[in-house]
Amino acid sequence: MTSTVNGSDVQQSTTGAEERPILEVKDLEVAFNTQEGKVTAVDGVSFTLYRGQSLAIVGESGSGKSTTAHAIINLLPGTGHIAGGQILLDGQDLAKTSQRDMESIRGRKIGFVPQDPMSNLNPVWSIGFQVEEAIRANGIATGRKEVKARAIEVLKQAGLQDADRRLKQFPHQFSGGMRQRVLIGMGLAADPQLLIADEPTSALDVTVQRVILDHLESLTRELGTTLLFITHDLGLAAERAEQLVVMYKGKVVESGPSLQILQNPQHPYTQRLVAAAPSLASRRIQATGSVSAAEASMSEDAAAAAGDTIDLIATAEARHEAVEAAASKAPAIVVENLTKVFKIRGSGEFTAVDDVSFQIPKGTTMALVGESGSGKSTVAKMLLKLEDATSGKIIVGGKDLEKVSRSELFELRSRMQPVFQDPYGSLNPLRNIGNTIAEPLYTHKVGDTASRRARVLELLDQVSLPRTLVGRYPNELSGGQRQRIAIARALALKPEIVVLDEAVSALDVLVQAQILRLLADLQAELDLTYLFITHDLAVVRVIADHVAVMQKGRIVESATTDEVFDNPKEQYTKDLLAAIPGANLKLGA
Amino acid sequence: MAGYILRRLLQAIPVLLGTTFLIYFMVFAMPGDPIVALFGEKTPPPQVLEAVRERYNLDKPFIVQYLLFLGGIFQGDLGISFSGEPVSDILARTFPVTLRLALLSTLFLMVGGILIGLISGLRKGGIFDASALVVSLILISLPIFVIGFVAQFVFAIQLGWFRTTVGPGAPWGDLVLPAIVLAAGSFAQIVRLTRSSVIETDGQDFVRTAASKGLSRRRIVPVHILRNSLIPVVTYLAVDFGVLMVGATVTEGIFNVPGVGNTLYQAIIRGEGPTVVSFVTVMVLIYLVVNLLVDLLYAVLDPRIRYAK
Repeated sequence: MTSTVNGSDVQQSTTGAEERPILEVKDLEVAFNTQEGKVTAVDGVSFTLYRGQSLAIVGESGSGKSTTAHAIINLLPGTGHIAGGQILLDGQDLAKTSQRDMESIRGRKIGFVPQDPMSNLNPVWSIGFQVEEAIRANGIATGRKEVKARAIEVLKQAGLQDADRRLKQFPHQFSGGMRQRVLIGMGLAADPQLLIADEPTSALDVTVQRVILDHLESLTRELGTTLLFITHDLGLAAERAEQLVVMYKGKVVESGPSLQILQNPQHPYTQRLVAAAPSLASRRIQATGSVSAAEASMSEDAAAAAGDTIDLIATAEARHEAVEAAASKAPAIVVENLTKVFKIRGSGEFTAVDDVSFQIPKGTTMALVGESGSGKSTVAKMLLKLEDATSGKIIVGGKDLEKVSRSELFELRSRMQPVFQDPYGSLNPLRNIGNTIAEPLYTHKVGDTASRRARVLELLDQVSLPRTLVGRYPNELSGGQRQRIAIARALALKPEIVVLDEAVSALDVLVQAQILRLLADLQAELDLTYLFITHDLAVVRVIADHVAVMQKGRIVESATTDEVFDNPKEQYTKDLLAAIPGANLKLGA
Repeated sequence: MAGYILRRLLQAIPVLLGTTFLIYFMVFAMPGDPIVALFGEKTPPPQVLEAVRERYNLDKPFIVQYLLFLGGIFQGDLGISFSGEPVSDILARTFPVTLRLALLSTLFLMVGGILIGLISGLRKGGIFDASALVVSLILISLPIFVIGFVAQFVFAIQLGWFRTTVGPGAPWGDLVLPAIVLAAGSFAQIVRLTRSSVIETDGQDFVRTAASKGLSRRRIVPVHILRNSLIPVVTYLAVDFGVLMVGATVTEGIFNVPGVGNTLYQAIIRGEGPTVVSFVTVMVLIYLVVNLLVDLLYAVLDPRIRYAK
């Protein structure tokens, strides 16, 4: 294994030998000045990109992949600076180019499509204004009419068919997918030779993601634009780019042709990444009883999905039996004809949840899947009684939620705990970890100070966090650690039901795999019932026993996980499955 | 939009009634007899006292006094000051002067404060930034009458750049120094607020995206940074308008400006109920209108804001 893309190999396989690469990054080093001194975020990164090719840089958050992209266009945030190496664009070293000269390179020679469509458009200017200024700045057109015509052209090209009518609208009047199209249009406004797309679709629903990436792919092929992808999603990278560069802690650990890396990863980190990618896994995670076993299985053979190491068939059968057995017992949650109608000022009513019914057998996991706006989170809120149902019944542990008294509800809440999506927003930054986990115990007056403290330590063990974290604060922890804290807090009262609302969506794949494993272990150990709400079908496959697919407030398909994945009945479910990045990639033995 | 403005104006009515009542009550509750005080050392004959009291309704119970005053307002009669001049005439004479002072002061605040705040924010940690922070800290720490007297002494008396006090008719030129002094207190706040707002906006994703489109810094700063940064600053300007009016009372005293603040101060000292209440009512009204204008200005600055009908 080499740590750089071997230039000559690539040359032979794709282009003529005499051609100069469009982008050549050599030993790039990017550093930030902090109070503790210099921190190197990108350390000796090298790769080569030829005209008309596509390359993806893959890594988890903090790996330096976005920093590399920002270094190329010389827009590093804060104290970030290029500390060494070269960035050769068509032979010109961008690391030595002045800011003024960079202004004429950005937009014109290198287009940039940023990550988050919500924060990358200026909220106070119209879409038309923001596209037009890009066109004007790059001298693509002059004169009001020409600029406007070009703006409409690039937006239509990016997939906004009604661009001429929507130029005067503001970003907040566009959906996330539409904004991303605007950003792609802006990135391509001046026909750059190189387009850097920094996680261009990570904030979008899978089906929207698929449409946009398809469009971006055909568009860049048509225009002959070279594409540099930055992504955390290995499946997506392999599907969309010919070459892969895997980054870890600021260094390139592996690079080469995409399929080759996926089928035969050399570096242990890449192996773990391949194993942990839920889109590439194929079976539900089985409880192993210990997390160290989970870790071990992750570094096993790349083709092996997590959990394969023991005896896949035996454990799968065991799981199957457990689910069968659970079905005969009284269900933990029964939802019947649940409907929620929101009144909207001025425009009448909006039915967010429409006649939804399902049952969750005790000790099993039900996944509620759907895109944003499908009503899945509203179901969770009604189940937790954070929102009142318009009509329908929710029965938890034999009790009708509509009819419970305040004190019964209080008692019921102790048996039904939520874990939310954002591990940064759901922990109070002013409370230390010990107090955060113990809070439900105080609220429900469980035990005394000593027993609460003991319970907190026990919970920390259960979620595999060191006991020393008790006195620490949320801002000192990583996203994965925080989500473990949130899970520990949810478990504090020994609940029977845990509602997980996008609980792993914000996490990196490796952390995600660990949390999913943890959830599976805890379920086996404590006989927990999970309602798992997610937009990510890939995750569903590894965690759920039953799946209900929601679309526009209705459940369109509901079956066991294997049935849904192997034999989907509804077109919508098929679309969702097809949109999982990397789903159709064949992995070697 | 029109519905929103109408609703806001209707909301102003209870606010105005409430403030007039409170002010009237407070003036009423002030210790000492204002009429006796008018005569100074001399002791007036009881008949004269009685006659004057009756003329100003001071012989009646508080609530009757207040209702009589309120009735007068609705007929456009703001009452008569102790000097015998109708309060409406005094308002008409003094008000334009204070308005000029406030406008000039706001102009200094906006141009100077926002400009310095912008430069400080863009050059965070530099020498300009550091000195601006120190100067603004000094200005925040000093009460306005100290700044007023020092400025008067240094710039008017010692250097002779300005006239010491404002002349009759209060020409614009004479109002420059009082306006600067009046702006000084809020100036520091505006500088600091603009600075932190600019720093925050400068770190936003859309600013980087603007740069990635190939825009020059000269375009990004006014178009993408300044406009977004102004939203909190404008809010502060509106709230600060009340502070500006309080400051006007002190500043007008120091520079002898024949404006609302000065007259109000005299009226409070003399316990002239109708004059005080009328002046304060007008000030409250202006405050409400300014806040309404600022709320409408939001929609111009930020298209995400839409007013419910």
